Amino acid sequence: MTAIANRYEFVLLFDVTNGNPNGDPDAGNLPRLDPETNQGLVTDVCLKRKIRNYVGLEKEDDAGYAIYMQEKSVLNNQHKKAYDALDIKPESKKLPKDEAKARDLTAWMCQNFFDVRTFGAVMTTEINSGQVRGPVQLAFANSIDPVVPMEVSITRMAVTNEKDLEKERTMGRKHIIPYGLYRVHGYISAKLAERTGFSEDDIELLWRALINMFEHDRSAARGEMSARKLIIFKHDNPMGNAPAHKLFDSVKVERVDGELDSPARQYSDYRVSVDTESLPAGVGVDERL
Amino acid sequence: MSFGVRLHIWGERACFTRPEMKVERVSYDVITPSAARGILEAIHWKPAIRWCIDRIHVLKPIRFESIRRNEVADKLPERTVKAAMRAGCVDDVHYFVDQKRQQRASTILRDVGYVIEAHFEFTSRADDSDTPGKHLDIFNRRARQGQCFHMPCLGTREFPAAFELIESDEQMPAVNDDLSGERDLGFMLHDIDFANGKTPRFYRARMQEGVIEVPPFAESLA
Repeated sequence: MTAIANRYEFVLLFDVTNGNPNGDPDAGNLPRLDPETNQGLVTDVCLKRKIRNYVGLEKEDDAGYAIYMQEKSVLNNQHKKAYDALDIKPESKKLPKDEAKARDLTAWMCQNFFDVRTFGAVMTTEINSGQVRGPVQLAFANSIDPVVPMEVSITRMAVTNEKDLEKERTMGRKHIIPYGLYRVHGYISAKLAERTGFSEDDIELLWRALINMFEHDRSAARGEMSARKLIIFKHDNPMGNAPAHKLFDSVKVERVDGELDSPARQYSDYRVSVDTESLPAGVGVDERL
Repeated sequence: MSFGVRLHIWGERACFTRPEMKVERVSYDVITPSAARGILEAIHWKPAIRWCIDRIHVLKPIRFESIRRNEVADKLPERTVKAAMRAGCVDDVHYFVDQKRQQRASTILRDVGYVIEAHFEFTSRADDSDTPGKHLDIFNRRARQGQCFHMPCLGTREFPAAFELIESDEQMPAVNDDLSGERDLGFMLHDIDFANGKTPRFYRARMQEGVIEVPPFAESLA
C-alpha cells in the first residue's frame, strides 16, 4: 500500500432531527452545549467512534482492516483462535533493547488495524516508537446555530421490580434537539500518512465512512442523523498549498433568507456555499453528497 | 535575535495540561514553551535544529470551560502485539472500550490567541549543509503559505491551531486590555529534558502586559 501523496482538509455537515447526537456525561446525558454560545457540540472522539464502527461493518473480517478500539456489539461475530501467548517473558520495562523490534511492532499494528493507521494509537509507554500519530485529525463539531435541547418525558407500561407493581408504569426521560446542523473540520497530513501507510484506498474508505456512518448508527437516542455534505479540499503539495483556516472560511453555511427569526427545523432552512472562485492555486475542491 | 521567527496562532479551544492534574486534565492558563515548540516543529523541523522559545505573547483573555468525555483506561501492551505477530492473526488484539471506560473531565481554555517568538539552534547532528538561512527560509515559506508537516494543535490534537507568519516588518496583533498589568502564573512546565530521562523542567512564568519572557531551557528548574 502506498501512502497518500496529498494533504487534505475536509468539512462535514451533518444534522440531527429529534435526537441527541452526543450526550454530556457531566449534564445527565443532555446534548453537549457550548456554555458560551449555546451551540451544540459533538466531540471528535464521538465521530471517530462512528467511523470505526462503520469500517468494522464494511470490512468485517478483511485482512488489514481490523479495528483495535472496539465496541462489544461490533465484535460478536469474531472468532477467537487460541494461541499460546504464554511463552513470552515480560521484558525488562526499561528502555527498549531493540529499537528495530519496537518499530516492527508499530508497523505491524499499522498494517493490520485501520484505526491505528488512521487515527494513531498509544501502545506501551517505554518505547517511544510505540506511539503512532495518525494522519487524520478531527476537531470538535459545532452546530451552526444555538440549539435548544428539550426534555421529553416518556412512560413504560411495565416496572422493573416487583415491589413497584402497583405503580403499573415507570417514567423515563429523553433529551432531544429538535433540529441541529453541525459542522466539523478535519485534517489529513500526507507526511504522517507516509509513516503509517494510510493509502488512497483508506482515504476513500474514510470518505465512505464519513458519508455513511450515521446510517449504521441508528438508535432510540440518536433520532434521525444524517451526513448532509462533505467538502474535501485537496492540496497538490504534500505539505499543503494554503492555510487550512482560509479554506474553511470559504465554506459558508447560512440561513435561507427571511427565516432568520424562526428556528431552523430542516436542512433546507440552510444554504451551503463554497467559494470556489477565490480558492488559492493548487487546491482542488470535491463536494460529495 | 538574528534568526528569530514570529508565528501567530489561534484556535477555539486549547488544553495545555498541567502535569499535576493530568487525570482529569486541567489546562495551564497559557501555552507552555513545550507546546509552542511542538507547534513550530509541526511546520518545520529537522534533527539538525532545535527550536527555542524566547517570548510568548498572550492576545486574548484567559477563560476556561469544562468538558467530560468517555476515555479508555489503559494502553495496549507490547506483548499482546508480539504474540499476535507470532500467531499471525489479529483476533486477540482489541480493546473493548465499553468495558474499560473512564469518564474524565477536562478543564480547557476557550478562544485563545498567541504569538510565539522563537529562534533555533543547531544540534550536534547538523552538518555543513545546515545553514541558518536555509532552515529559516523553509520555516518562513511554509508558515507564509499555510504549509505544515501535520496540522499543529493547541495541546491536544482535537484542538487544531490556525497559524500565520508575522513578517519581520509587520506589527504585532493587539493584546486584549484584560491582560494589562503584571500577572504571576506560577511555576509552569518549560519543556521535557529528553536527554536526561525525560525529566520535566519548570520555570516561573510572569506575564507583563500579556508578554511572557521565557528563560533559556538551561536556566529552567528540574
